[in-house]
Amino acid sequence: MRRSLHAEWTKLRTTNAPTWLFAATIVMTVAVGAIASASVHAQSSPGQDPVRLALTGVDLGQAIVAGLAVLTMCDEYATGMIHTTFLTVPRRLEVLAAKAGVLTFAVLLAGSAAVGASLLIGRSALAGNGFTSASGYRLISIGDGPTLRAAGGSVLYLVLIGLLSLGVATAVRDSTTGIGIVLGLLYLFPLLAALVSDPLWHHRLEQIGPTNAGQSIEATTNLHNLALSPWNGLGVLAAWTTAALIIGGTLLVRRDV
Amino acid sequence: MTNLLRSEWTKLRTVRSWTVTAVLIAVVMVAFSWVVSAGSHTGICDGPGPGSCHGEPPVPVGPNGEAVVDAYYYLHEPIAADGSISVRVSSLTGVTSTAGNHVEAGTNLLAQSKPALAPWAKAGILITPSLSTGSRYAAVMVTGDHGVRMQEDYTGDSAGLPGAVTASSPRWLRLSRSGDTLTGSDSTDGVHWYTIGTTRLSGLAGTAQAGLFVTSPVVPTSSRSNEGTYATGTFDQLATTGTVTAEHFNATNVGAGPTSDSLAPGRYRQTGDRYVVGGSGDIAPLASGAGGGGTVPDSGLLGAFAALIVVAILGAGYITSEYRRGLVRTTFTATPNRRNVLVAKAIVIGTTAFIPSLIGTAMAFVLSRHVQRSNGNALLPISTSTEVRAVIGTAAMIAITAVLALALGAIARRGALAVTLIVVTTVLPLILGLTVSTSIGTWLLRITPAAGFAIQQSVVRYSQVSDSYTPMNGYFPLAPWAGFAVLCAWTLLAMAIASRVLRRRDA
Repeated sequence: MRRSLHAEWTKLRTTNAPTWLFAATIVMTVAVGAIASASVHAQSSPGQDPVRLALTGVDLGQAIVAGLAVLTMCDEYATGMIHTTFLTVPRRLEVLAAKAGVLTFAVLLAGSAAVGASLLIGRSALAGNGFTSASGYRLISIGDGPTLRAAGGSVLYLVLIGLLSLGVATAVRDSTTGIGIVLGLLYLFPLLAALVSDPLWHHRLEQIGPTNAGQSIEATTNLHNLALSPWNGLGVLAAWTTAALIIGGTLLVRRDV
Repeated sequence: MTNLLRSEWTKLRTVRSWTVTAVLIAVVMVAFSWVVSAGSHTGICDGPGPGSCHGEPPVPVGPNGEAVVDAYYYLHEPIAADGSISVRVSSLTGVTSTAGNHVEAGTNLLAQSKPALAPWAKAGILITPSLSTGSRYAAVMVTGDHGVRMQEDYTGDSAGLPGAVTASSPRWLRLSRSGDTLTGSDSTDGVHWYTIGTTRLSGLAGTAQAGLFVTSPVVPTSSRSNEGTYATGTFDQLATTGTVTAEHFNATNVGAGPTSDSLAPGRYRQTGDRYVVGGSGDIAPLASGAGGGGTVPDSGLLGAFAALIVVAILGAGYITSEYRRGLVRTTFTATPNRRNVLVAKAIVIGTTAFIPSLIGTAMAFVLSRHVQRSNGNALLPISTSTEVRAVIGTAAMIAITAVLALALGAIARRGALAVTLIVVTTVLPLILGLTVSTSIGTWLLRITPAAGFAIQQSVVRYSQVSDSYTPMNGYFPLAPWAGFAVLCAWTLLAMAIASRVLRRRDA
């Protein structure tokens, strides 16, 4: 297993695309978070959750993490490298596990940097836009219990999105189709939940959508209004991820390369 | 070129997964629209969930076929033929409800309110042939924030003297009838009169009603919620000429009902020649969403979001799969003019995306109308030409996006990158606009390819109605064809870059 991990790490480290995607995850997440924090004012839109606002960039960052995850698997199929990989490591689940391990490590790094920088920038930008204690908002501080949970949880959220994408990619093998399915899962549920006006349907979609449920972990205010408690929400996403990995793993073992 | 088109068509047609993907476009459109329409209940409901709503709330329709709100408090007298009424308005004040959206029946809403005058609260003189809702009218009025206006037949609106009405700066209003022609005038002193506008209410014959009216519309607080308002106007120095007398007014709450959005029934008090009149409701075109008493835009076109992801896979994969399998070298050997190959591919993929999109949109449109109606939703009436533009435009938007995906796929040679770019520039702007902040959303919907969604707009923006003009309620920041042009511009740009890159690069 150590040697598989090492092999996967070398593949990730030495190809161009993953390095770019790694950097893009951090840059785009922070940029979107900064734009969102800078453009919302406390007076004109009351009832905002400052932490969640600062982490708006995760909405875009997750797409790039998904791209990174899909490529780690599908690029091998595209180039035919997968034949060599399975020849050297015939236990295919070990390959999947090694890829998952390396991906987890990379997303943990990129995610921590992205979330940390987003919160730092959001802290100063939101304070400048009137989100101060005078108007009833707490300054974003990582020492705050809920903020710490939101920050750590968001990094875990990105890891789970990465693993979910890896599972889907393993199942479909083609990168174009893989990323399409993953982005559909990530973005169509929030869109449906926003467009549906019936409270019961809205509640249900918020509970089952991988992004809607998973992003409950970002909330720090009005927790009683959430469809799911923060950790239960992340649990729903973890269930999606587990299902995707089981389907991907089963197909990987059962079928011809 | 014909041979080229045929060979590109054969490449697409003979791979089964492409055929499946094309069929999937129509399937996801219908499925997505169905979920949105089945999950929308804004009618008269007993509780949440499907099956609890019944009875589509009645929406009055104005003389030009548009949905209208027609609820106001009216002190009226018959006007048999020609004549005029003039009056001084010395104050207009109002309150806004603080009760929120969860109100039990029988609550005195006026007791739970704060002083705040709605920008389009109205008090003035109105002439109408009938008291039934949706009938024609002409009126001259003072408003909360928009000065003196003359309005007729719900959509007509002309500005008179600006400024708010106070005791120290009152306004005189006059509305005169001559046959079926009505003229509105205003004045700051009752001596010097300015004509605001003249209008013909064709068919206005014989006895009509003329008198004083007050109304005050709901004020939206977000895309999905609003607050009722109530306005009180003070009138005096009432003077009449011709066949109207103003000696004994009849008082009517026109259009009163459970869906009139009235905060409270109107009432009046007369002391000497002074009338203090209060009313709530509106007399205006009905807007979509919170400003429009819970009507909803059509959800039949929303399936386009899901279809976009599928066509992104189709468009990008159509060219990147050639690179992956090395087929592209054969293609370029057979047709050395690479720009022609790209154009042929664009024509084939655009047509292949257009046809299932059109079928899917048309099916989803019909299905969701049926589901929304049977759920008790009030749908805004749309003209046939708008319907046709929205349905064909949606299919065209999806086809253009397929070409954009093709061009991005040619530039990047990686399908995953092209699909990600399409999704984050078309679907993500809308999600951010709907869930995070409307200001970011409207900004992104002007400059990104997502601007193309404007082609779906079927609701009309009225400057004389306060509404939350947001994408959630069906309003886009750009005009339909302008938004579509933004998407086309992006696609042309991407095609130009792709064609240049293909010629310069080794295959």
